[in-house]
Amino acid sequence: MSLEIEKSNAHLAMRVNGEDVEVSFAPYKTLLEVLREDLGLPGTKHGCELGECGACAVLLDGAPVLSCLVLGLECEGRDVRTVEGLASDGRLHPLQEAFADLGGAQCGYCTPAILLTAKELLDREPHPTRDQIRDALSGILCRCTGYLQIFESVEDAMVRASRPGERRASE
Amino acid sequence: MSERPLKIIGVPRRRVDGRAKVTGQTTFADDIFLPRMLHCKLLRSPHPHAIIRSIDVSRAAAHPGVRLVLTGKDFSEKFGILPVSQDEDPICGDRVRYVGDPVAAIVARDELTAFDAMDLVDVEYEILHTFADPLDSLERDEPRIHDYGSHGNVHKAVSMRFGDTDAGFDEADHVFDDVFFYEGNTHLAIEQHASVAAVDRDGKLTLWSSTQTPHYVHRALAKVLELPAAHIRVVAMPNGGGFGGKSDIFNHEMVVAKAALVLDRPVKICLTREEVFYAHRGRHPVLMRFRTGVKDSGEITAMHLRTLIDGGGYGSYGVASTFYTGALQTVTYHVPRYWFEGCRVFTNKPPCGPKRGHGTPQPRFGQEVQLDKIAERLAIDPSDLRLRIVEQPDTLTANYLRIGTIGLAECIRRVVAVSGFKDKHRRLPDGRGIGIACSSYLSGAGLPIYWNNMPQSGVQLKLDRSGGVTAFCGATEIGQGSDDVLAAVVAEVLGIDPFDVRTVTGDTDLTPVDLGSYSSRVTLMMGNAAIQAAERARELVATAVAAHLEIPPARLVFAERRVFDAEDPERGVAFQEAVCIAEAKHGTLGTVGSYSPPPSAARFKGGGVGPSPAYSYTAAVVEVEVDRTTGWVSVPKVWIAHDIGRSLNPTLVRGQVEGSVYMALGEALMEEQTFRRLPSKLSHALVHKFPSMLEYKSPTTLDMPEVVTELIEDPDPNGPFGAKEVGQGPLLPVMPALCNAVFDAVGVRIDEVPVTPEKVMRALDDKAKGGSGRYGPAAFPDIDWPDPLIVPPPWDGGDGCAVNDTREPGKKKGAKRS
Repeated sequence: MSLEIEKSNAHLAMRVNGEDVEVSFAPYKTLLEVLREDLGLPGTKHGCELGECGACAVLLDGAPVLSCLVLGLECEGRDVRTVEGLASDGRLHPLQEAFADLGGAQCGYCTPAILLTAKELLDREPHPTRDQIRDALSGILCRCTGYLQIFESVEDAMVRASRPGERRASE
Repeated sequence: MSERPLKIIGVPRRRVDGRAKVTGQTTFADDIFLPRMLHCKLLRSPHPHAIIRSIDVSRAAAHPGVRLVLTGKDFSEKFGILPVSQDEDPICGDRVRYVGDPVAAIVARDELTAFDAMDLVDVEYEILHTFADPLDSLERDEPRIHDYGSHGNVHKAVSMRFGDTDAGFDEADHVFDDVFFYEGNTHLAIEQHASVAAVDRDGKLTLWSSTQTPHYVHRALAKVLELPAAHIRVVAMPNGGGFGGKSDIFNHEMVVAKAALVLDRPVKICLTREEVFYAHRGRHPVLMRFRTGVKDSGEITAMHLRTLIDGGGYGSYGVASTFYTGALQTVTYHVPRYWFEGCRVFTNKPPCGPKRGHGTPQPRFGQEVQLDKIAERLAIDPSDLRLRIVEQPDTLTANYLRIGTIGLAECIRRVVAVSGFKDKHRRLPDGRGIGIACSSYLSGAGLPIYWNNMPQSGVQLKLDRSGGVTAFCGATEIGQGSDDVLAAVVAEVLGIDPFDVRTVTGDTDLTPVDLGSYSSRVTLMMGNAAIQAAERARELVATAVAAHLEIPPARLVFAERRVFDAEDPERGVAFQEAVCIAEAKHGTLGTVGSYSPPPSAARFKGGGVGPSPAYSYTAAVVEVEVDRTTGWVSVPKVWIAHDIGRSLNPTLVRGQVEGSVYMALGEALMEEQTFRRLPSKLSHALVHKFPSMLEYKSPTTLDMPEVVTELIEDPDPNGPFGAKEVGQGPLLPVMPALCNAVFDAVGVRIDEVPVTPEKVMRALDDKAKGGSGRYGPAAFPDIDWPDPLIVPPPWDGGDGCAVNDTREPGKKKGAKRS
């Protein structure tokens, strides 16, 4: 990449977590870097920056993508959702409630990617089987949980989602 | 205070930091962005073993955007986690010892600029002989990788003999002699190590780091930077997975701290995934030989264990790791006479260190597979054999480890029952099999890394008129839930909710010392310190409230966020009011608690490794399906029973058990940190075979079997509310249980891990050709062992000392840290 391009920032508009934003960034930056470094959204994590671990997954126009493999430049006018945009109206998403309650998050590092990928699954298939959950999350590595409490959290969230309005006692 | 049932302990609960983890608000080290922050990259050696003849950084320093270049000349002090292995430089000065050893640091306005400038550092190397194999390190003394150690390239060789093993073998009806190999593997925490250093407004240094051991990093920084420790603050950020991989002190931590001091600007480093493979400190590859004498009944008469340990390029925790390969053989089954010889050698590979189970999974693997062979030969059911020889509670073992509670027999019975083991073992159709194995682990190492007689964990509590309680402790949240344990224990004692407790942890400026999240020590040690601090706070509040209510303090109950009269529950005050009454009576409120483990019975050299306040026990049954045409091993189900003493938060406990099973299956089936030579036309250098997550295979959601977890709860008097560890122990029995299941399925013995399809196919081929159907190492090499320390076991009248210890008498008193 030539020095000229590196020196001139890209400037574009996108919709991030439901808000229209404009952002300037060095054009070689990945969406992961733009989110973390230029948009102040460090909730999206990275474990390899090579598309191997899945920790950086976000939703781009509703579909899970590895943000380390997407250039920021590709996101002009597109809709991006990160973990910071999962809760709404001051309330956690049912997936977030379930993961927090049921051990779906241990260190919490792969959790944002898992949550967003699971959200896309539940948006598409409100009552997934265990195998569908396994399949949807198979591109994201978690070293802490052994995945089982993650599966249970997703299954619990699907029940919670059908009972809106319920809140935890300790909130 | 009046006794009442536990309200929080033992109840499945959302962890106190659960919300932060699901909203992306947990701040990991790389999430820190500071004004004026610069970025650091380390140039790493492309050669596994070389002398640095010259290094010229002038072109790199002149590169636009580069602010600083550091080399080995900028440091004069070495560091290392163990006092006996101060062998690492922040940046290598004259010698590199593995591909990935740092030779220069570039600090620049952004990572890309630093990365570009790495190409502009000119280094001239003189290539030295590469030690790729421990056998080469044993045979060839020169060139020495380090100028310290036992001799040549032997880092540490030990021999300890507890009782007359010769007589024990003479007494035996059968002597089993088996050689096993356990391949190295790495932690693969998803978070890459990151550190940020900055000079505060008052001129003091702060380092925020993904570390499990801020206290040890603190000490090393003071040494390397030659600054007073009181002028350095180390903050352990929540770790994105640790597993032991962040429990060492790392050169990149020293480098960014130095750079921040030189530039007076914040400096960050985040390792790439490739660099994380070089940072390593993972599972040591261990070749081992077990000679075990048994009676026809299965009773063990003697055991002789030899281990050859591939340490990689530096000491790290290696001396402790060496002792750990021989420490815990005696705590599961009664071993009346025991001889352990261990040898760690240096090689030109990334340094090995502690990974979940630290030095004990490898010999546990050999011991439990050999027991399966013994059961087979003696025609005893392998679960019955283990039940016959299980060690007794309240026992001092041959090597002077003090066992208190031992729930192993119950673990075996439970796991056999729930798995239907006896209906399946040797009865499943060809290709399907089931295996059992057991294990034990420490609930915290009895001795600290460096010798001192101060507490291993300290907790401070602050209570004030807001009703708020803040708990301060140096313990480190690495995902296991240490903050939750702290809040839960304090809340239980004070009768409030864990969410009412604010935790401040892992910060050397703000929190009392806790030695860190390693050796499964936090729940037991921090938990006990927290109970002491909370009981002292409760006492202060109780005396004030009792005077206020005009009743004896002994009648007060702390529960439901109230302090009330046990005889008249309506009579009482809200917790906040109780604190106000206490603050008015006593003045500003604060208490402390601390914990030191009980003294060890082992008084011989090396006896500092192995003692623990409490041992956890585990039994696992693994079922496998083996495809005879491909050698592929799949695991449909695992049953595991763990003696935890008391489960503090069962949700998190189950997570630790399942996570251990998961990580164990990775080690058993696929994970290996191995090396290859580059082609001769290139450098022929010894390089990591696959430093990427794509090629370093680890289990995914598609590989994870069903796991049935049984918790055995028999409270241990040394644990907080009776709790023992759960973070590491449940990993240990899975690898041998899997190998035993493979034998049950297809009749071949894979005497090493990982159990890859290739090894299974070779064993099956061998069996088809009339061979034994074993795949594994052929022999254990001859090693020039030191004369053994002779330590008579307790039943031979021993007092915990070696009869031939040549150290001066003053040093024998108390267990010596290794």
